[in-house]
Amino acid sequence: MRTAAPLYGLVLAGGRSTRMRRDKAALSYAGRSQLERAVELLAAHVLRAYVSVRADQGEEPLRARFATIADRIENVGPVAGLLSAQATHPEGAWLVLACDLPMLDDATLAHLVRGRDPERLATAYRSSHDGLPEPLCAIYEPRSHEPLSAYLAAGRSCPRKFLLQSEVRLLDEPNPRALDNVNTPEEYGAAMAALDQSGAKDKHISVQYYALLREQAGRREETLLTRAHDARELYALLRARYPFSLGPEHLRVAINAEFAEWSTPLKDGDAVVFIPPVAGG
Amino acid sequence: MGDFRFTRAPIDATRLRAALEHPGCGGFAVFEGWVRDESEGERVTHLEYEAFEALALREGACILGEARTRFGVTRAACEHRLGDLAIGEVAVWVGVSAPHRDEAFSACRYIIDEVKRRVPIWKKEHYESGDSGWVNCERCASPPHEHAHAHETGA
Repeated sequence: MRTAAPLYGLVLAGGRSTRMRRDKAALSYAGRSQLERAVELLAAHVLRAYVSVRADQGEEPLRARFATIADRIENVGPVAGLLSAQATHPEGAWLVLACDLPMLDDATLAHLVRGRDPERLATAYRSSHDGLPEPLCAIYEPRSHEPLSAYLAAGRSCPRKFLLQSEVRLLDEPNPRALDNVNTPEEYGAAMAALDQSGAKDKHISVQYYALLREQAGRREETLLTRAHDARELYALLRARYPFSLGPEHLRVAINAEFAEWSTPLKDGDAVVFIPPVAGG
Repeated sequence: MGDFRFTRAPIDATRLRAALEHPGCGGFAVFEGWVRDESEGERVTHLEYEAFEALALREGACILGEARTRFGVTRAACEHRLGDLAIGEVAVWVGVSAPHRDEAFSACRYIIDEVKRRVPIWKKEHYESGDSGWVNCERCASPPHEHAHAHETGA
């Protein structure tokens, strides 16, 4: 067996987040952006972790904190990021990670790296949902560059189909929810709720509801035990519970009866009110 | 009691006006917002107002203070109804007294505009059709649309 190529890491953060309507890389869980979490998780398993960005995103502050690799090709999705990374370090293998996997855990990355088969083009997980390879938490060996370029040249860009037709080592996921991705505000809320149940719950937050939110919540107030870091996370969590029709872009926040920022950290005992568009007079 | 208030009883304009009288004032401007029987083509039967009172009182007092400072008016007050209101009732009353009319008009206009824009008060319209809706909220509902929102403030 040949010596395995050095392993680099790539977090894909060049997506357009169309369905989320907010930059997915910036979504926060327990006060940390999804991008930060992904890079930190990945960094422990690779020689160096990079963030894949679109050519016009290099200066964007959230991304600029990290070593970035800009897409050399436009509008072909994640394959562009991988090909650009391979061009940067042709000798390396790449552990590619989507940035919208809030449930991803260290065990899942460790298992992937342990199960890596450098003799194949790639090592990937078999999805616990549909049995198909998961292309965006996978290791691509250096020699995948050529067939991947040819695949793109043939007008194709779906990384999953590329893996399906390639010689790939497939592993079973140690944690079947680890690769659940988050594409919509509803999925974000559900992920927040799942994460909220899994950890220490350290804050009592009371929430009062008014007007449309009161009707949609079916209550005037409640006290929650939550890990939500700020009002933005709290609202995402509540949206998974109640059929709130208003997105955060339409609301203001008050903490302890004063207007506050969405990002103000919540403290134990805080009273939060989400303020729908007002209509006095 | 502050000069920005809520009431669940009908607004007593005579009493409110009396509190703004002052020998140094030569002008008094008042605005009353009334419950109208029509909204965007729908027949309205009645309205319902609700407020986040703790914050609304503070924000309302702040607006009155801004009006006094900015326009140099002598006295300013605002009272807003809460609960169910019938057509023709006074929903909001704004009064300003000042040495001259210019500042009284300007301050009065400023107060009602800012109250509508900033104070956490919500209005639910009940229609003849049996439907109802929270003003400025229903059309914000997701899935979102492309155009930007003008949260209109017509009285």
